[in-house]
Amino acid sequence: MKKKRLLIRASVLTILAASVIMTIYANLAEGGRSGPETGDKAPDFILTDQNGQRHRLSEYKGQGVLVNFWATYCEPCKEEMPLLEEQYRKYKNEGVHILAVNIGETDVVLNRFLERHELSFPVLNDRNQEVVDAFGVNPLPATFLIDKEGTITGIHEGPILNEKMAAEMMEKIKP
Amino acid sequence: MIELSENLLMIAFIVYLAAIPFFGGAIRQKNISKGKKSLKSWVTVAMIMTVAGFAAHLGYFITRWLAAGFAPVSNLFEFITFFGWCIVAAFILIFYLYKTPALGLAVMPVVVILLAYAGMFSGDITPLIPPLQTHWLQIHVITTALGQAILAISFASALILLIKKVDQTKRNISNICLEAILFFIISVIGFIFVTVAFNALDYSASFQRTNQFGAKETIEYKMPPVIGPNEGKLTAGQFEPILEAPAIIDAKKLNTVIWSFSAGIILYILMRIILRKRIGAALKPLTGGINEELVDEISYRSVLIGFPIFTLGALVFGMIWAQIAWSRFWGWDPKEVWALITWLFYAAFLHLRLSRGWHGERSAWLAVIGFGIIMFNLVAVNLVIKGLHSYAGL
Amino acid sequence: MNEIKCECGHVNPFGTILCESCGKSLSGTEEWKPSDMRYEGSARRSQTYNRTIVDKIWNFFSSVKVAIWLLVITLIVSAAGTILPQKMYIPPSVSPETFYGENYGWFGKVYYALGLHELYSQWWYMLLLASIGVSLCICSLDRAVPLYRALKSQGVRRHESFLKRQRLFGVTKGENLEEAVVKLKENLLKKRYRIREEGNAILAEKGRFSRWGPYVNHVGLIIFLFGAMLRFFPGMYVDEVLAIKEGERKEIPGTGGKYFLENKQFIHEVYDKNEHEAFAAALEKKGQIDKNFQTDVVLYKRSGDTVPGGEVKLKKEKEESIRVNEPLKFDDYALYQMDFRPILTGMSFLLIDKETDEELGEVRIDLDNPESRYDLGNGYAVEILDYFPDFDLNEEGLPVTRSKAPHNPAFVFEMKAPDRPDGEISFVAVQQTMEPYGNNKYKMQFSGIETKNVSVLTVRKDLTLWIFALGGLVFLVGLALGSYWNHRRIWIQKREQEIWLAAHTNKNWFGFKRELKAVLAGTGINEPQDRHETKGESR
Repeated sequence: MKKKRLLIRASVLTILAASVIMTIYANLAEGGRSGPETGDKAPDFILTDQNGQRHRLSEYKGQGVLVNFWATYCEPCKEEMPLLEEQYRKYKNEGVHILAVNIGETDVVLNRFLERHELSFPVLNDRNQEVVDAFGVNPLPATFLIDKEGTITGIHEGPILNEKMAAEMMEKIKP
Repeated sequence: MIELSENLLMIAFIVYLAAIPFFGGAIRQKNISKGKKSLKSWVTVAMIMTVAGFAAHLGYFITRWLAAGFAPVSNLFEFITFFGWCIVAAFILIFYLYKTPALGLAVMPVVVILLAYAGMFSGDITPLIPPLQTHWLQIHVITTALGQAILAISFASALILLIKKVDQTKRNISNICLEAILFFIISVIGFIFVTVAFNALDYSASFQRTNQFGAKETIEYKMPPVIGPNEGKLTAGQFEPILEAPAIIDAKKLNTVIWSFSAGIILYILMRIILRKRIGAALKPLTGGINEELVDEISYRSVLIGFPIFTLGALVFGMIWAQIAWSRFWGWDPKEVWALITWLFYAAFLHLRLSRGWHGERSAWLAVIGFGIIMFNLVAVNLVIKGLHSYAGL
Repeated sequence: MNEIKCECGHVNPFGTILCESCGKSLSGTEEWKPSDMRYEGSARRSQTYNRTIVDKIWNFFSSVKVAIWLLVITLIVSAAGTILPQKMYIPPSVSPETFYGENYGWFGKVYYALGLHELYSQWWYMLLLASIGVSLCICSLDRAVPLYRALKSQGVRRHESFLKRQRLFGVTKGENLEEAVVKLKENLLKKRYRIREEGNAILAEKGRFSRWGPYVNHVGLIIFLFGAMLRFFPGMYVDEVLAIKEGERKEIPGTGGKYFLENKQFIHEVYDKNEHEAFAAALEKKGQIDKNFQTDVVLYKRSGDTVPGGEVKLKKEKEESIRVNEPLKFDDYALYQMDFRPILTGMSFLLIDKETDEELGEVRIDLDNPESRYDLGNGYAVEILDYFPDFDLNEEGLPVTRSKAPHNPAFVFEMKAPDRPDGEISFVAVQQTMEPYGNNKYKMQFSGIETKNVSVLTVRKDLTLWIFALGGLVFLVGLALGSYWNHRRIWIQKREQEIWLAAHTNKNWFGFKRELKAVLAGTGINEPQDRHETKGESR
């Protein structure tokens, strides 16, 4: 009788405590990313590059892909472009690709930018911001590292500061 | 039609006012001797007048509804007049249940003051802005007002109990608090006096200042500025303000509050000089023949009747409407929060009464505080704290 | 664990104050206490066992005193959150950190530092609400079970002391009492009392269900809080904003790319002065009053793949108008009209020969998708060399754009003319023109703008709503049960030449006394005395 009472009380209290803790934890976690997290499967997308060629993320299966979100008005984005270009030349043949996704600026703006900067990797324009939304991109630049299985192995919000950092990213997703 | 409506409201106001002395007479005679026939006639006359005023008041409501095409509960003037009507309705109901003329003596002045207070706001029929164009406006506001009105009866009844019970032989915390309550009521009368007086004098002064968002704004005062806006420049009017308000405070409203309280203080002091004792002490003999158990029960019963209606109207209907209009049923808007506070307070009241045995005087103090919260939500939250509900403000 | 056996033979659990069956005081004191009847004098378990830590926590939350403190603390803290506007109601463009300090001085800084600017989502505020929830659960469990036992096993025949200690109690002496009792039973039945008899004892009872009101309403509140809890879990709740231009078609955020919306037009109407005689005075004073905000939309559902950026095949679902108070509903989603604002969508310029003022053609630029070259015929053309939708100067004084939205468009034009085949460069922004390479022959003269309304809609999915609705309904039903009905009991015992009558109600004593008067009328049984009145009113 006494034991039974203790058991009932203990279990009621445990259930209550667990739900309270879970709720508060869920609330605190809510402030985090709205998109996929590290370890999740990267959302697939189809976009067209500056040369009119279509790129579908899932078609890069078996290779590593670095997806970089950027805009022309974002200074740190512009500064990391040469770093990415350098890495792209190095790793292109080792199965690591770079897809630079512009967040949907006008063609005039984008073309003028590309005329001024020599970039050999595909620059895609996310006209309707669907890909931006799917990845939950908020501050720019944002870089997603996707391995050969299509899994996100790293999310970096903020600029790529130097060559070393860029190279480490490429190494991480080398198949 | 609009004119008819206004006249009916005026008639209701006058009849309510005239009924007060009859309620006074009714309980006075009851004090002297119980059961004589002539005494009953005072109550009868008082109640006939109340019902007549109530009918005229209803006439105002219906004619205004017809004129506008929607229930007149969409701005502060309309809400307060309707709230007054609900209090009278609740009083008639409670009178029918308990036959206590004393309650009339407490309720009628409150109603009269409320109606006069409503008169301080624009009485124009304002067409409904899009969020208000729904039946939920009527459902939500009418139910809420009814619930709050029944809670107001609880206040009136509690006030009677306090006047009767509080010890007036020497100064103590209880009778100071009671004086404070009465002083607040007098200050509302003070507010009405100064507003009417300066309106009659057609007073105005205006200031210019830059607000926190960097925009220039002109502030027009209808009362002489004792306290001026933060970094405001007087552009029209005679008096320079004595003090300047900090940026956080709306100087114009603070100025009105200062005037109202000043008038309240003067009125209060005058009354003290004439009566030569505390106002509570002066009122106490009136409550001599009142059954204390009865007013305690009326106060408690009113909370029991009013609390579910308030919950239904203010919270449940409010939430349903908020879900339809604003896409979320709860948004922590100040008015919502204060409705929740009111609800929590009365919940605490009921628990204290039911489980901790708070009866009589203690329960009466709580009923008074509860009504204070309702009034705060009606007046201060609408006028002072800006929120989504403030479109109903002016 | 001592059970208490009453002299009537009923076995009561440990801690019982009044015997569950006959009501005899088991504590030994004979003094009359009104509070004894609150839980029928049953054993509230929490008060009787207090050994382990589990018991201690349990007892803490089962105390009504603690519950009241929780209510009062929540009340005060909630009020504190309304002193200054919450973060969600301050302009979104300013940082809260500076906003509170700048506008409200030291008080604002303290307010911000304490986290009161987003009080209602602070973890400790949620903990406070959660404690109320825990208290609700435990208080109800702790009281409902023993109360159920006590009401279930209450005997008809009560101990003498129980009757004597009721607030309403009276003894009638006299002859012909049998007849009086028959008449009384008749009257009681008329008043819908349920009557149980046991020997010479009668128990008349009605409205027992109202005793369950508080527990029912607490269950409602628990359901409500449970709904609030679920909201934080993914998939249950979507809250997104969709800003959509007239003529635009966009994916509806939060729907996983399944739905698209097209904004056909936005309508903003104000009241007309002549519309209604009753409104004339108000319109005169206030000027303009809004009458309608409406977005006419077409809803599409995507068929086939939903790969972001991929080809979009759409099926038209419905065509409707979204107004305030009239959201568009589809699937589990609803779209609400929240706001609108006009935005710049196009600008036009005239190519002009500065000497002759001759107009050589007009260029109309779509600010969301400008062409790179506009041919004006006769050898005249304008090229856009650079476009700054949200023009500003950076630290080095060079033109840059701050965003991709055309808030403040600026252009670098190259004007080509038969007599200027290499072109002339001109920088044109709102109300300013620069010629970086000296005097030009031609200029681009601003000639007009196009604006469109952006309608701001809230996208909402809330799968928890029905739980809240259920909780609210249960709460109201419980509240009504507990508030509008009373549990009334009358105990009658026939003794030689005497009738004992005691009565109890959980509230509304005056109404009960009136009913007793009516029930006893014509029976010859005296109305019971009210101890509150005879004992004086001091409490």
